[in-house]
Amino acid sequence: MKDDKKKKKKVSSIHINQKWCKGCYICLEVCPKKVFEKSKEVSEKGFNPVFVAHPEQCPACQQCEMLCPDLAITVKKEN
Amino acid sequence: MQGDEACAEGAVAAGCRFFAGYPITPASEIMIRMVHRLAQVGGVFIQMEDEIGSISSVIGASWAGAKAMTATSGPGISLMTEGIGYAVITETPCVIVDVQRAGPSTGQATRPAQGDLMQVKWGPHGDNEIVAFAPWSVQEMYDLTIKAFNFAERYRVPAFLLADEAVGHLRETLVVKEEVEVFDRFKAPNLPPFGTEAPNGVPPMPAFGEGANLLVTGSTHDPWGFRKTADSAVQARLTERLVRKVQDFKSEVIETESYLLEDAEIAVVSYGFTARAALQAVKSLRKEGVKVGLLRLVSIWPFADEAIVDLGRRCRVIFVPEMNRGQIAGELKKYTTTPIISLPKTNGEVIEPVEIVEGIRRPKT
Amino acid sequence: MNERISQMINPQAFPTPFCPGCGHGILMGAVLRAIAELEYDMKKMLFASGIGCAAWIPSPHFKADTLHTLHGRAIAYATGAKLFNPNLKVMVISGDGDLSSIGGNHLIHAARRNIDMTVVCANNAIYGMTGGQVASTTPLGSRTSTTPEGNLERPFDLCKLAEACGATYVARQPVATPIPLTRTLKKAIVHRGFSFVDVPSPCPTQFGRRNAFRSAYEMLKTLKDSCIPLEKAKGLDPAELEGKVIVGEFVNLTA
Repeated sequence: MKDDKKKKKKVSSIHINQKWCKGCYICLEVCPKKVFEKSKEVSEKGFNPVFVAHPEQCPACQQCEMLCPDLAITVKKEN
Repeated sequence: MQGDEACAEGAVAAGCRFFAGYPITPASEIMIRMVHRLAQVGGVFIQMEDEIGSISSVIGASWAGAKAMTATSGPGISLMTEGIGYAVITETPCVIVDVQRAGPSTGQATRPAQGDLMQVKWGPHGDNEIVAFAPWSVQEMYDLTIKAFNFAERYRVPAFLLADEAVGHLRETLVVKEEVEVFDRFKAPNLPPFGTEAPNGVPPMPAFGEGANLLVTGSTHDPWGFRKTADSAVQARLTERLVRKVQDFKSEVIETESYLLEDAEIAVVSYGFTARAALQAVKSLRKEGVKVGLLRLVSIWPFADEAIVDLGRRCRVIFVPEMNRGQIAGELKKYTTTPIISLPKTNGEVIEPVEIVEGIRRPKT
Repeated sequence: MNERISQMINPQAFPTPFCPGCGHGILMGAVLRAIAELEYDMKKMLFASGIGCAAWIPSPHFKADTLHTLHGRAIAYATGAKLFNPNLKVMVISGDGDLSSIGGNHLIHAARRNIDMTVVCANNAIYGMTGGQVASTTPLGSRTSTTPEGNLERPFDLCKLAEACGATYVARQPVATPIPLTRTLKKAIVHRGFSFVDVPSPCPTQFGRRNAFRSAYEMLKTLKDSCIPLEKAKGLDPAELEGKVIVGEFVNLTA
């Protein structure tokens, strides 16, 4: 029962605008559930871009969206 | 009426509804009269914490839609200089009255001088096309203040009234017209406010609160106001247009008056309060048969270059009496090779007719 | 950012010129969220700023009337505009050096006059844009490009300064805690009278690198951990408050 509650998705999407992202990694570090990871490839901007690795773990706290200095993250809550 | 007071009357007649200032001798009387007059006409007055605050709030008010003015003297112009440059690049219409006093620096606060002519144009860094008038009477303190407002709106530039302590504190009769011709800034809601292909080079000017999403900035900018601090083409276009919008149309502003110049061999070029003595000197020399005439500069900037070229061709020598060490005399040399004789007086007192007569008669070494 | 915020910006100005991890970018988002939550009309607002990285928060990113002025002068320009058109809702967003050093005189007088405007100080305790020089807000001992061996001067407490000058709403919230920050910005904007919000906002490039911070996140975490609410701070003596950032509302006077 408890597992079912944990697995219920709280977000419908987490979107990173890679054109605006500068790779500061605040989102990655601040996320309480380690939703983000660095990709292995280096982008043409010269850093390893962040991607959404575990969207199902997202608690919809929106700390990443609020702390992104570039307005590059949009967290859409379920409903 | 006092000259300073007449200036305030002219401002109100021209539609000035915002004044910000800081006390300074000999301009404070303008500010004091503006308090009362703006209250009567529903305008806004604030005494700011310093001259920098004054020019800043004048520019801010102009962008909120006001015809705005400040009044100061030399030391205040020095402080306002950065703001003047900001008004130039943002093309903000505003009027700045400089009631000149003896300098440099604190100098003699209660004594007249004509030392700030170059400062109002060349004070800010870079190239500045501005408009400036030099009144010689209480009537002109009124009339030329109105002209300053009109040309500020016409060209979207800061406009100066280069008064001095003598004309500012002088009392003479003022004739106030029933109807005053007033020029307002060009409005066109959908056109860019900071660039234009129009022949007169003056873009329309929206106000805050009209929904224009204005991007007013002192950085180099494109026609919509976006900062373009790494774009050479934008910088070239902007700097050229800011100069040409005044220079190409300067015949609309330039104003001179000629007295007894038709057959003159000797010319006197003068402006402001000094021109009163120059006219007297010219008249008394004429009585003695000397063929001398006066060219009075009513506008100082843009400079009456063609009038000087013409004068140089017709006369064999030009005298320039002024209450500074030869600022306009130096400017004349750019436009003619006819000998220019500077008659400077910087003792904090006005130039008297007899001094100009002696200067003209004095043997040249 | 959400749909509402995307309508409030000029997308052609993005990505922003701010460094990766710049606190001012976080503040930019907080300001926009505050205005969106208040459901204010951007068309009725005026954003004035001076010179520096913080001054680039509204200009040219906000889709509204913006007035990018001279170093230290935003408050004076904004005073003129507000007095002539009192219907404008005026916000000044500028940096700590801009507002309290070169602009100090205009700050103290606008506060004294209680002019109805909101002044948000993006406080990174350094002059960032020009290469990391010491500012009036730099902590004692910090390294900057003009204090390479450690700052010898005491910094301002900007909230105490604003309060002393008569500001009727004074608060401090850092960018590290965006929810209290947005809440505070909303109160400051709604407040009738002169409101001042000091927003500690880390500069990872100029301040961080010189003072041994390894990342923007590390600066945010250190900042957050240094915060102490005003209520708790009241009971402590100065020694215990060493290195702490007091947050909360210092003044909230209704007209």
